[in-house]
Amino acid sequence: MPAEYRLILKHLDEPGYEPTLACYLRHGGYSVLRRILALEPKVSPEGKTLSPQEQLRQEVSLSGLRGRGGAGFSTGIKWSLVDRKSGKPIYLICNADESEPGTFKDRQIIHKDPHQLLEGMVVSAYANDVHLAYIYIRGEFPQGAKVLNQAISEAKAAGYLGKNILGSGYDLEIYVHRGAGAYICGEETGLIESLEGKRPYPRIKPPYFPAVLGLYQCPTIVNNVETLCAVKHVIEMGGAEYAKLGTPNNTGTRIVSLSGCVWRPGYYEIEVGKATLRDLIFDPAFGGGLRDGRKLKAIIPGGVSAKVFKAGEKVKLKARNADGREVEQEVDVLDLPYDFTSLIAAGSMSGSSAIIVLDDSVDIVEALANISEFFAHESCGQCTPCREGSLWMAKALHRMTHGEGRAMDADYLARIADNIPGGRTICAFGEACSWPVQSFVAKFKEEFVAKGKADEERRSASRQAADVPSAP
Amino acid sequence: MAITSSPTDPAKVSPADVLTVTVNGRPITVPRTQPDWEGRMVPTTMIQACEAAGVTVPHYCYHPRLPVAGNCRMCLVEYGVPALGPDRQPLRNPDGSLIINKSPRPAIACATPVSAGMAIYTDTPNVRAMREGVLEFLLINHPLDCPICDQAGECKLQEYSLEYGQAASRFVETKVHKPKAVDLGPRIMLDDERCILCTRCIRFTRDVVKDDALGIVNRGSYNTIAAYPGRQFDNNYTLNTVDICPVGALTSKDFRFKMRVWFLKETKSVCTSCARGCNTLIGSRENVIYRLTPRDNPEVNQSWMCDFGRLNYKWIGREDRLREVRARGSGNTGWTGALGEIARRLRAAPQGCVALIASARLTNEELYLLGLLARHLGAMTDSIPRTGDFDHILVQADKNPNSAGARLLGLAAEPMGSRLPAIADGIRAGAIRTLLVFGEDVTSRGVNADLLARLETLVVSDVLPNPTTAAAHFLLPGCAAAEKRGSFTNFQGRVQRFPKAVEPPGDARPEAEFLADLVTAVTGQKWPTSIEGLFNHMASSVPAFAGLTWAALGDLGRSVAT
Ligand SMILES: Cc1cc2nc3c(=O)[nH]c(=O)nc-3n(C[C@H](O)[C@H](O)[C@H](O)COP(=O)(O)O)c2cc1C
Ligand code: SF4
Ligand code: SF4
Ligand code: SF4
Ligand code: FES
Repeated sequence: MPAEYRLILKHLDEPGYEPTLACYLRHGGYSVLRRILALEPKVSPEGKTLSPQEQLRQEVSLSGLRGRGGAGFSTGIKWSLVDRKSGKPIYLICNADESEPGTFKDRQIIHKDPHQLLEGMVVSAYANDVHLAYIYIRGEFPQGAKVLNQAISEAKAAGYLGKNILGSGYDLEIYVHRGAGAYICGEETGLIESLEGKRPYPRIKPPYFPAVLGLYQCPTIVNNVETLCAVKHVIEMGGAEYAKLGTPNNTGTRIVSLSGCVWRPGYYEIEVGKATLRDLIFDPAFGGGLRDGRKLKAIIPGGVSAKVFKAGEKVKLKARNADGREVEQEVDVLDLPYDFTSLIAAGSMSGSSAIIVLDDSVDIVEALANISEFFAHESCGQCTPCREGSLWMAKALHRMTHGEGRAMDADYLARIADNIPGGRTICAFGEACSWPVQSFVAKFKEEFVAKGKADEERRSASRQAADVPSAP
Repeated sequence: MAITSSPTDPAKVSPADVLTVTVNGRPITVPRTQPDWEGRMVPTTMIQACEAAGVTVPHYCYHPRLPVAGNCRMCLVEYGVPALGPDRQPLRNPDGSLIINKSPRPAIACATPVSAGMAIYTDTPNVRAMREGVLEFLLINHPLDCPICDQAGECKLQEYSLEYGQAASRFVETKVHKPKAVDLGPRIMLDDERCILCTRCIRFTRDVVKDDALGIVNRGSYNTIAAYPGRQFDNNYTLNTVDICPVGALTSKDFRFKMRVWFLKETKSVCTSCARGCNTLIGSRENVIYRLTPRDNPEVNQSWMCDFGRLNYKWIGREDRLREVRARGSGNTGWTGALGEIARRLRAAPQGCVALIASARLTNEELYLLGLLARHLGAMTDSIPRTGDFDHILVQADKNPNSAGARLLGLAAEPMGSRLPAIADGIRAGAIRTLLVFGEDVTSRGVNADLLARLETLVVSDVLPNPTTAAAHFLLPGCAAAEKRGSFTNFQGRVQRFPKAVEPPGDARPEAEFLADLVTAVTGQKWPTSIEGLFNHMASSVPAFAGLTWAALGDLGRSVAT
């Protein structure tokens, strides 16, 4: 029976649970911090002496934790790429920009359990010799910023943050920085530019890999809110234990934001890969099925950037036989386990783990027009294909949803979209804005063509009507 | 910006400093690192390797003298790196060539470093499709007003569209409209609709000039270049943005709508407005100068010049230019009459009774001839210092283009101008009875009109009228640098030559020409009359110029012996 597995969300919806230090402490808060500050150097089985920091990083590697921000990149590897020899300070940034449409998980933690995030950050900062960390919070979350600032001052007053944390001699300052309302500030290098006080123009990589040339050209780690909370649990449980949650290569838990035409939209924490899309949409423990007896039409499985699945779509997955041979298996999209690898193998992604469910009442062209309008508005405009392509697609879709469609518009849209992704742009926004168009048009082509045809016919009919000489 | 010296000398490169890549299958060996826009050594990029291989990669935002932005995406190429075996050694085909793992994603050539064995492909169907895509995107919101655009003819959007674009547009939506004819600053107009948002102008003023004056407002396709609200784009280098703007978005108020660039004759020249001697191109048509633009010289001005120097050409075409040879009392005498009479008087002048004030705006060749004359006559000489503002980019406090030449050729006192009081005293005392003034108004320098009136002979050569020319007994109309050939020695001791761009007005003649006649007539010795001959003569007799020849100066000049 699929069910929630609340690790990060464990307490925050309990009656009476408050975002205060006292409440957090009552629930065992900051005990992980206390423990790690007491760690001593340890000799590894290979005879190498591991500093407390190295031990912590090793646990994170062992845990198999993958970033919860969107790309699902291994946190252990990300931390191992940090340039520790440059002599420059290392910065930690918590990405709390949560702007991917459909995503509403990080804000739960921020509003209801800010100290969990702070503890995750102190642990991560300590593990990486960081003394200055930032929380970059989306501009539209003024209350979240307030809660975080309140939590920071409480934590500082109680010695969990600031100078000489818990008498250990370790110093860490955390500052909250509010964005000004731009989705692109969630892209890590755009975020860094913004934090430096500039336009959030994502940086070119090479050479500006954050791990080497990040904030103020210093080595920088950018992790999502949920990732940093997960680090706390990794250290609490031990990396190997944590890795037992979820499925191989897709370890731990993930908070899924479920929205759209289901009975029970909301956020659900699951063991990664232990629930399928079908479970998440239809199981009473999660979405509880489609509303009003509607039929499923499409699923956007990882925030609006992710390629859409069509109801009934069959995807081929690679699996291993009992004898270890690789075989291809055809499964219905609904039977995809909700994890990183299966969704990528199925041609989409779990992205920010936001599932948007569309039923048969949804006009697919309208839905795509809505998404494209968002991307045209949010493109930073730095690089040509995304800047011009995102607005071009949005304008074409606006035209199509305002009675000016053409039968050829499906191909027209696809050809615009094909010129944007695949490394043609500076940042992954190029993919984010073109994947929905490519996938909607490819999978629902008949709807685009039908709409365009209908418009053409109506227009030609009204032209003919206008040409008819009026009766004398 | 420090003017730093040029790329790696190939002769000094050891094998460890180079690596070999292939460009479209052809191997090319390049240095591992090359100086970036600031002169810091950084890994060689694909675009540099392609250039070394003689393969052009189209680009808009990349400029070798600016930090890399990587935003236009015009330079996307495909590439691969050598496949490695289990022993980490590259795998080879039976013919010995490397087996290449082609990258599934393209890379921007302007920012991607090369590595040993890398294969770069600039001409695959995919690369062509990507370029076509970028061009189409750039054009959909472009106003296509080439017929009235000043950039037409030197526009990268036009050029690349022809070379890499498609003929037909698929775009059926309404274009984005943006501000047109934006008054950015005193010398610059901006047409935001033409702008392709390459940010070259922003980077130039922010990183080279250190005046963070330009930026982008709005988002996405509505992005718009603008000056900081309430501020003018006004520094002494703004016009360089017009040169580096790949399209017709930034235009010079001085030049816009005046002339189609394809009608302009371009002559390599040197700016005369300060001791830097920025290398320039003079754009002229039918003897009229329409604009100056900087010409790249890594040792002198890189790709830039200052706005003051660029716009300081209008006087050349002034109506009141001196155009007649005049002798007091006899009017327009023509060259032969005047030079004959001057030579006669100079031959008769006793040693030490003649003084010479020679402008440090004259050429090396002219100063050399004047030096010969002065020595023959035992004349006291000096030049006139001319100083003003300077900056740490290009502009020198010394506003003479050839102060170094005037010193090396022994005409200027040290410090320059310090002998002027002695000359004034000599005139006052009656010891100096003949004064030759070349290219200066001495009345504002302590040799006032009253003193000039005491002279028996005042020979003045200049290009524009002033109180000194008004007092002249003999007035010889000279030429602006643009109207003659010659060379200057800049503050670095770099000798830079320039050809003639336009004809002088009226009877005006290049000074070196009539000076050679005069010096021959006075000394009785024959002197070369060609600029080449004069320069080479000078080089053989003045130690500082030893080893130089006119021909060897080339387009970028040579340094004097130090
Ligand atoms: C256009 C764009 C928007 C993004 N927005 C967010 C965001 O709002 N929050 C976030 O955590 N990551 C976002 N990301 C991903 C970040 O760039 C980065 O990968 C992530 O913060 C890394 O954290 P993680 O490794 O913990 O996942 C975005 C990426 C792109 C390309
Ligand atoms: S891909 Fe889009 S969002 Fe990313 S840098 Fe380019 S224009 Fe900006
Ligand atoms: S004005 Fe010209 S130089 Fe500046 S960004 Fe636009 S196109 Fe580039
Ligand atoms: S810096 Fe000097 S030489 Fe260069 S353009 Fe300006 S005035 Fe002319
Ligand atoms: S030249 Fe513009 S991206 Fe390389």
